[in-house]
Amino acid sequence: MFLLRTFQLGMKSLLLHPMRSLLTVLGIFIGVASVIWLLAIGEGISQEAQRQIEGLGADNIIIRSIKPPNEVLGSSDAPIPYGLKREEFDMLVHTIPTIDFALPIREVRRTFTFDGRNEDGRLVGCTPEYFDVTRLVLDRGRVLSEADVDGRHNYCVLSSGIAQRLYPYQDPIGRRVFLSENKDYYEVIGVLQYRTPTAAIGGSLEAQDFNTDIYIPISTLRQRIGDFVYTRRGSSRTAEIVELNQITLRVKSVQQVRATADLVRKSLRVPDDTATKNSKLTLASAKGGKSAKTDGAYIESPPRLDVAVIVPEELLEQARLMKLMLLVVFGLVAAISLLVGGIGIMNIMLATVTERTREIGIRRALGATRMHIIMQFLVETISLSVVGGLTGILGGLLCPIVITGVRNLMYTYAANLMSSAPEFVERFQPQIVFFSLPLAFFISVIVGVVFGLYPAYRAAQMDPIEALRHE
Amino acid sequence: MNVAARLVDIKKDYVLKSETVRALRGVTFEVPAGDYVAIMGPSGSGKSTLLNLLGCLDKPTHGQFFLGADDVARMTDDQLSYIRASRIGFVFQSYNLIQQYTVLENIEVPLLYQGRLTIKGRRRCRELAEMVGLGDRLGHRPTQLSGGQQQRVAIARSLVNDPYFILADEATGNLDSVTSEEILGMFERLNDEGRTIIMVTHEDDVAAHAKRIIRLRDGLLQTDRLNERRIRGRQTKADLELPVAAEVA
Repeated sequence: MFLLRTFQLGMKSLLLHPMRSLLTVLGIFIGVASVIWLLAIGEGISQEAQRQIEGLGADNIIIRSIKPPNEVLGSSDAPIPYGLKREEFDMLVHTIPTIDFALPIREVRRTFTFDGRNEDGRLVGCTPEYFDVTRLVLDRGRVLSEADVDGRHNYCVLSSGIAQRLYPYQDPIGRRVFLSENKDYYEVIGVLQYRTPTAAIGGSLEAQDFNTDIYIPISTLRQRIGDFVYTRRGSSRTAEIVELNQITLRVKSVQQVRATADLVRKSLRVPDDTATKNSKLTLASAKGGKSAKTDGAYIESPPRLDVAVIVPEELLEQARLMKLMLLVVFGLVAAISLLVGGIGIMNIMLATVTERTREIGIRRALGATRMHIIMQFLVETISLSVVGGLTGILGGLLCPIVITGVRNLMYTYAANLMSSAPEFVERFQPQIVFFSLPLAFFISVIVGVVFGLYPAYRAAQMDPIEALRHE
Repeated sequence: MNVAARLVDIKKDYVLKSETVRALRGVTFEVPAGDYVAIMGPSGSGKSTLLNLLGCLDKPTHGQFFLGADDVARMTDDQLSYIRASRIGFVFQSYNLIQQYTVLENIEVPLLYQGRLTIKGRRRCRELAEMVGLGDRLGHRPTQLSGGQQQRVAIARSLVNDPYFILADEATGNLDSVTSEEILGMFERLNDEGRTIIMVTHEDDVAAHAKRIIRLRDGLLQTDRLNERRIRGRQTKADLELPVAAEVA
């Protein structure tokens, strides 16, 4: 009863200075809303990253050939072979027991032609499992089969983008695509559905746009194009010798991914990113101590730099770590804004206590104990901060709407600016973290108590006689 | 409850900059229930100190102060708060109403701090407001009332806890003479109904309404005598059996 009454009367006191109360509430509002906003944005970022990594498949290991930098290749026209070899593919498949199956992939940039229309794209040599592992969904026709691979048929499957641009008004199935660079024809047997492109992950895996691809059996690609690829783009020309661009391994269970990845790295002599420093150290010492160690000692060959092993599972771990860091940084920012809001409340309450000295004296004379006075001012402070907290939660819930709205406005009125913005900006969606709502509310109450205690204590410590005499 | 308040050899010292001011130097008197006492004295006589002690806002350095059966001189701050809420009715010179509260809410305040804000208590608040003639202004704020009306609210507030005595501090000091008479008339009526009133004042006109006048000088009781004028004027009244005041210090 006392608390209810105190609350009711406290509201009256606060409404006596509506503007002042409003501004005080605003401080907490901003603090609480920023907690929710920052957590939502952090969650959105990390979910986006997580989704992309999961798009690679948590039970996959991706091994890619990396083109060495130009300094290594030199200016001579003679290309140096680099990257994964077919025998390495066989070695991995036959020596690592935890591998469910392995996909060899070869990619070549080509120009596709039909009926006078040219489209640039990627010619991907692959096996039937590729479509399943990369989550490509068939729209019509059929995908490549084992028989196609064994028979080295010149069949191809089109991605949706290529199909639309080469055959805008026709059914591509049964028609043939012409590759001008090789003077070669491929018959279309299937068309895929649209797949959202993936963004680059870290520095290891570049962004993939699946919608300009044409898929053919890898055996066909080897037979008709071969390892040596000579590409001419206008005046520039490049030549490269690559056997395989990528090997995707699917591991039998997610628990075995880490161990398998270690094994793969060891087999291919690829340095582990997480242990890069150590390997460099051993490399340096091996080089430095060469003369001392040559007699009889086995010297490990230097690590390969033209192959990278990407383990989505490890990337997920990194993403989790990043999320944690975001949480800490954003939490700190939110804490600062809450602190500022709290100091605002304290400031106002101290002023209020001084201003209401006489009222405190009256209350004390009429029988209020120190505790009553403390309660009264605490109730007022907590009311302020709770109102701030509740409106802050409302403001926080508006986060996705506001962000989408602002983005749409930006696209409408600053289209040029936005067109150069990374794709991430376009797709980013803040995710409200459910636990942040009660958390924010709880924090606002705590702020009220913490920053209300001192003014309330000051009020309670006043001498009633002095307070009554106060003008 | 025969004796509303009894003070025994009350002394109060203040320490101001290493100098001890002896505000009260041994005051002893008794206020029987139903009495109407005026406490007078020039400034510096210890009048305010005595008022603070009577109001349980302060504790004496020495001596005993019985409020009913309890010696409040040795009570803790919280106990004193409860005593103030339950046994004393304050009426101040400057009314001291809480500005943001309505008339009714102001009257309720002592009950609130006693934890007795029940439906019954609120009904009583309403009755008291009607008794002081403000039954039609329950929802008004103090700023919407005249000085006399505010003081009547204060009187209603002082009665809400059925106090042992009403402690009035220059209750008419801020009022014009007509309103003063009105308020003093109200006190007299309350006294006639059996309420004990202790009034601190420096005006003889005001003190003339009391049954008994105590004069202080230099922290000691100077005189303590019956107000002949009023008693003679009201001889027809039945409440003449006033106990003669205790010895003059």
